[in-house]
Amino acid sequence: MPTRISEVVRKAAFALTASTVLLLSTTACTGQSATGSDDDASKETTLTFWHAWSAPNEVKAVKSLIAGFEKAHPNIQVNVVGNMTDDKINQALRAGGTKAPDVISSFTTNNVGKFCSSGALVDLNPYFEKADIDPSTTFPKAMNEYTQFDGNRCAAPLLGDAYGLYYNKTAFEKAGITAPPKTWSEFAADAEKLTITQGNTFKQLGFMPNYHGWETTTEHYLGQFSPTYFDTAGKSTIATDPAVASAFTVQKKLVDDLGGFKKLETFRSTLGDEWGPKHPFQTGQVAMQLDGEWRLGMALDAKPDFEIGVAPLPVPDDQAAQYGKGYITGTIAGIAATSKKQNAAWELVKYMTTDTDAVVAFSNAIHNVPSTLAALKSPDLKYDARFKTFLDIAANPNSTTSPASINGGVYLTTVQQLGYDYESGKVTDLKAGLQKAASQIDTDIAQAK
Amino acid sequence: MAATHTLRAKHRRSALRTLAFLSPWLIGFAVFFAYPMISTVYFSFMHYDGFRPPTWSGTKNWTYVFEHYPFFWPALRNTLWLVVIMVTLRVLFGLGIGMLITKIKTGTGVFRTLFYLPYLAPPVAATMAFAFLLNPGTGPVNSILENVGIPAPGWFNDPNWSKPALTLMFLWGVGDLMVIFMAALLDVPKEQYEAAELDGASAWQRFRFVTLPNISPIIMFAVVTGVIAAMQCYTQPLVAGKVASGVIQGAGTMFEPGYPEHSTLTLPQLVYNLGFQRFDYGSACVVALVLFALSMAFTALLMRRRGGLIQAGD
Repeated sequence: MPTRISEVVRKAAFALTASTVLLLSTTACTGQSATGSDDDASKETTLTFWHAWSAPNEVKAVKSLIAGFEKAHPNIQVNVVGNMTDDKINQALRAGGTKAPDVISSFTTNNVGKFCSSGALVDLNPYFEKADIDPSTTFPKAMNEYTQFDGNRCAAPLLGDAYGLYYNKTAFEKAGITAPPKTWSEFAADAEKLTITQGNTFKQLGFMPNYHGWETTTEHYLGQFSPTYFDTAGKSTIATDPAVASAFTVQKKLVDDLGGFKKLETFRSTLGDEWGPKHPFQTGQVAMQLDGEWRLGMALDAKPDFEIGVAPLPVPDDQAAQYGKGYITGTIAGIAATSKKQNAAWELVKYMTTDTDAVVAFSNAIHNVPSTLAALKSPDLKYDARFKTFLDIAANPNSTTSPASINGGVYLTTVQQLGYDYESGKVTDLKAGLQKAASQIDTDIAQAK
Repeated sequence: MAATHTLRAKHRRSALRTLAFLSPWLIGFAVFFAYPMISTVYFSFMHYDGFRPPTWSGTKNWTYVFEHYPFFWPALRNTLWLVVIMVTLRVLFGLGIGMLITKIKTGTGVFRTLFYLPYLAPPVAATMAFAFLLNPGTGPVNSILENVGIPAPGWFNDPNWSKPALTLMFLWGVGDLMVIFMAALLDVPKEQYEAAELDGASAWQRFRFVTLPNISPIIMFAVVTGVIAAMQCYTQPLVAGKVASGVIQGAGTMFEPGYPEHSTLTLPQLVYNLGFQRFDYGSACVVALVLFALSMAFTALLMRRRGGLIQAGD
């Protein structure tokens, strides 16, 4: 028989249950359309600029970049908001509102396809044409490619990232290695020579091959193998392109040879985080590191007690002639479709991404690769001699990037998921795993269309 | 005729008055439940990315979620695991601690405070602290276990131990249930225990036939609210997975929640992933509806079983 208490409980349960859907659905399932704007960029205005940089020197560099813009455009003030994740940017672009950004910059070029296809960021082609700037002759090829999708240029490159190999020169000397490895076979041999075990763990690990080891993501490894990812019809080629299977096999062998997945994972859980001073390369716990050009500045700031060497990442043994290439990505900047000040916003984007002096100064301050051809050649570019390696990787015609896709980086997470399952031994049949992943990628893209 | 008319008018006035008094709740219900609910069902049949106008897609989102979205079934299994195992343990543990504290003669206030304090810890901070304590390589818990010769688990880094680790953390924060159970236990009439003792009832019999019937409505409350909380479990598994995985979303890195091997993935995480990261609001709505249906089903099931727990007249 129903009682007063159970009624109360039932109502409370019902209300709480309802709130689940309420909270989820009200936020998840509403939105608004993108709007254009016809603002006058020569009038007094204030823009909001969201970026993702967070390290003190990076935040200082952004401030300096914006100060340069405000000096050149005294009528435009910029409200800068840093440390923004892509999730927050995605939501702000969707929701709009008075506090939403007019200009955003994102670290994840993987999202460009999603930003362009959804109309979250405005197409910059008309703005470039109006300003008489040709993006194909302004930006390096790979950067020009990853900032557009299906003819819609919804972003412009704002500095670039090139991936290479950092190595502990002192540890190399102790292990009797005279030069950085050029092929994956040499790399595997060196990684073993550099590994010093201590009980169940490591005193020094030659290389942390696990996909959870910071920048050792599947796409960064794959960049060295020049995969195609998609055919001309837009279907996934990861199961048919031998480069993909080859990259997975090389990584898995490294995992197995250096101690096995479990031992490496346990060791990894003892290491410092990627952005802190206790980064394992900087502490000498890991002798070789796959990383971006920014690591050099960070590693030097940490004042390690060894000499840092920099080189391109190795290439597959049968592609030795292409040694010097690398994976290229970078930060992108775009104008929010919800912005009511798009013309003024363009002035900021144009300044940040095409003004040679601004790009060079920002690059000097933040230790990233310049994103215009003019800036790459600028005599004002100041860098450590080792940084030149990354400029060369960025300029290398064999360097690769991952193509934009309608659903952003979903295909890359599918590949990465297979990577996790393969390295841990959960998936043992690589061919079947790749076929399943390819089918999943095609299904996900069909769902997004 | 006139009398009937007057009566009808009186009924109408009475109905309007009732509705007027109910209106705050009705408006709230319409705005915060009915409209979102209908919208969720509507968008579950639409292709919608939040920017372009929604277009009809039939059952495509439903098929995608149930047949092609690789994370749905693991997330459903994890959510059900938390509902069954974690809720059961939390209720038993909360009741056990509540009973122990009511038995203590001195220092009750100190113990109450000590057991209640962890409940006040913010979820992210609590999860970070547990990730540190249970770190398989450097955590003090595993150091102690290894020193006494017990094989140390991988906790948040091992798919077989990640959910038990989460459960352990939720048991640590059981202070809310402990307080409710303590209030209920102290409310049990003492004369009933005295009568049972005079009849020669053992400790177990006193618990079974005196304590349990008296606190059964509170147990029901704890179970129902626990089930709903477990269904909505989002922050702790997400933070635990992120911290343990070591993947920080940076340049060119993508993060799929649920590390390790989807073992900490829950349905609310999927709603977020689909809706806010993939811009696939249609599929996010499908998962939200599944979550709603499950919550309703569990609640209905528990309510149907309430006869065994809640006595008439309670």
